[in-house]
Amino acid sequence: MTDPSPSKLKPPAVYYYGTCLVDLFYPEAGLSGIRLLEREGLRVIYPRDQTCCGQPAYNSGYVSEAREVARVQIERFSQPYPIVVPSGSCAAMMKRHYPSLFEGDPFLPRAEEFAGRIHELTSFLVHVLQVRLVDLGEPVQVTWHSSCHALREMGIVGEPAALLAQLARVEVVPLARESECCGFGGTFAVRHPEISAAMVEDKAADVVATGAPTLLSGDGGCLLNIAGRLEATGQRVRPLHIAEFLWERTRAR
Amino acid sequence: MRAEPGPHGFRAAASSALKDPGLRANFRRAMDGLISKRAAQFPDPAEWRAMRNLGAAIRARSVANLPALLERLEASCTRRGIEVRWAETIEEANGVVLEILRSHGATHVVKGKSMVSEEMHLNEFLEEHGIESLESDLGEYIIQLDGETPSHIIMPAIHKNRQQIARLLGEKIRGARYTEDVDELTGIARRVLRKKFFEADAGISGVNFAVAETGTLCLVENEGNGRMSTHVPPVHIALMGIEKVVENLEDVPPLYSLLTRSATGQSITTYFNMISGPRGAGEKDGPFSVYLVILDNGRSRISQDPELSATLRCIRCGACMNHCPVYTRVGGHAYEATYPGPIGKILTPQTEGVGARRDLVEASSLCGACGEVCPVGIPIPELIVRLRREAAEPAPGSTVAGAGTGRSRAESFAWWLWERAHRRPALYRLLGFAATRLGRFVPGRLPVLAAWTSVRTTPRPASRSLHELAKRAGVPHE
Repeated sequence: MTDPSPSKLKPPAVYYYGTCLVDLFYPEAGLSGIRLLEREGLRVIYPRDQTCCGQPAYNSGYVSEAREVARVQIERFSQPYPIVVPSGSCAAMMKRHYPSLFEGDPFLPRAEEFAGRIHELTSFLVHVLQVRLVDLGEPVQVTWHSSCHALREMGIVGEPAALLAQLARVEVVPLARESECCGFGGTFAVRHPEISAAMVEDKAADVVATGAPTLLSGDGGCLLNIAGRLEATGQRVRPLHIAEFLWERTRAR
Repeated sequence: MRAEPGPHGFRAAASSALKDPGLRANFRRAMDGLISKRAAQFPDPAEWRAMRNLGAAIRARSVANLPALLERLEASCTRRGIEVRWAETIEEANGVVLEILRSHGATHVVKGKSMVSEEMHLNEFLEEHGIESLESDLGEYIIQLDGETPSHIIMPAIHKNRQQIARLLGEKIRGARYTEDVDELTGIARRVLRKKFFEADAGISGVNFAVAETGTLCLVENEGNGRMSTHVPPVHIALMGIEKVVENLEDVPPLYSLLTRSATGQSITTYFNMISGPRGAGEKDGPFSVYLVILDNGRSRISQDPELSATLRCIRCGACMNHCPVYTRVGGHAYEATYPGPIGKILTPQTEGVGARRDLVEASSLCGACGEVCPVGIPIPELIVRLRREAAEPAPGSTVAGAGTGRSRAESFAWWLWERAHRRPALYRLLGFAATRLGRFVPGRLPVLAAWTSVRTTPRPASRSLHELAKRAGVPHE
């Protein structure tokens, strides 16, 4: 057999890294991600001392500050369990950029070991757990926005679509320019507000043009940005994290 | 946010560009077209990756061996009768060009497209010294007529639509009638330029690849104006940055293919010139004298940094700007730099200083579209982050221009506070608790959120954080 069965790959326990945006703005999505993992028979550990991955400081050039915050995260996830993250962007920060923060530092091996355990949630559900979802909801249309970092830094291309395709009564309406940035970019939205505004205006217009009543994404940053624009223009489109949507559609009530 | 005064006003320029719906429509339409044409050229991801790896390796090898390759190029060119001149600064380069032109008594010059000449502001310089310098690339000709600079490195007049060009030619060219027919418009320009090619005392061009092995200057173009500029006048002056050198002739085909496919979605251009010296004995055409002016202008400094030297791999295809969501919205002029878009965001701050051009370094959402399409694998987003770091907190011994000059006390304090809040989990949880309880009392318009709420509603924290929900749901924490 070339295709390993999920049970052989399945770890006994995973860590869950909630991310600061999900923690404060999309906690239900965060909890849904935990539920999805638990349903597959995993023990999910949510370390209380997690804060932020440090990306805002790192992307702004303040590496010392990013490094010290990163160190705290690494120390609090010390067991050799996989770390599942409901965000492509934060996952990319920890997987791709943590080691570079500790170059020449004795802490580097720990940072590399930590980075090697990072998984984005949809990727983990598809590739490691090979989940089988049963749709229990009413027929509905949704559209999907890819986060730039999930797409280009984590290589999350078909995973969300593969999960949504398992939901029999969910139709995914393609979003025009799906892979174009929504304009969030963390501090970019504050440093260049007018350009960011132009970007989110276009993105929200493309979302509305799909006619789908629900917008899904896998990143809190994109959701916060696009949701704020949709709400400001009185649009009824409901922005939702994919974790929350998947849990809502498949949980037994 | 206050617009910065002076020549470097990206914010102000971007702001006014964003308010111009015509300009935004011109760029959106043009960039959408270029994106789909390029995509059609790389249908197979595996082939794309293989080609890009090859292109990146060739260019990285060139950049790593610049001094040796440039010496070899000079020797090869000299052997072929091409006279090589070196210039460290744009002032020196302009001086060299002027001196060559004067030595031939030249007063009328036709130019093929050259971004290095834009870097040098060569046209202005020559006009100041009584020499007519006429752009012969159609796009360059159009913007020269209108007194503008290029808004794109491949398609310099891409910010104008057909109607704007029709009006311009109708007004500026004697005897031309107003027409919106593209063939007729091209015909009008062609009649003017054709005469100029034959009258010119000298032709100036750029160089796409200079082959060290053979002393061959390669020039990629579609209109034939490059061939006319380098072939018809008695003197040809080629301009290049030091990074344009490649080692061998066999390095050229992969780069040429990557360039045309990435730039305009063409599998090959209409013209590809390989210039290998002046007119030989018994030959009936070609210039009598060929010069190669090689400009540094900060490039050798860039080549010293192991990471940032990747900037010099650039083959000037423009794919990064075509795919950039920021460029698409503000256009090329807003950058107030010779090279706009993502490549300009990493190149300009390295020549003008990371503090002075911090506006450019910051003008990126780090979406990564530029790095994804770069045919020579320049990790543009990573280099943007590196330059932000050089502005705020440079590595010891940094060779980057203006390192450390972008740090402000207010900003440093803000990040210090951020660090305190996020490296003390108990404090973070306390702040999170406060945010969830008080978030709904945040007024709709807070000065600190004004930038965000100009087009969006105020983000409001949930009433309970995930920390609280997880604890309440009994999710184990160790």
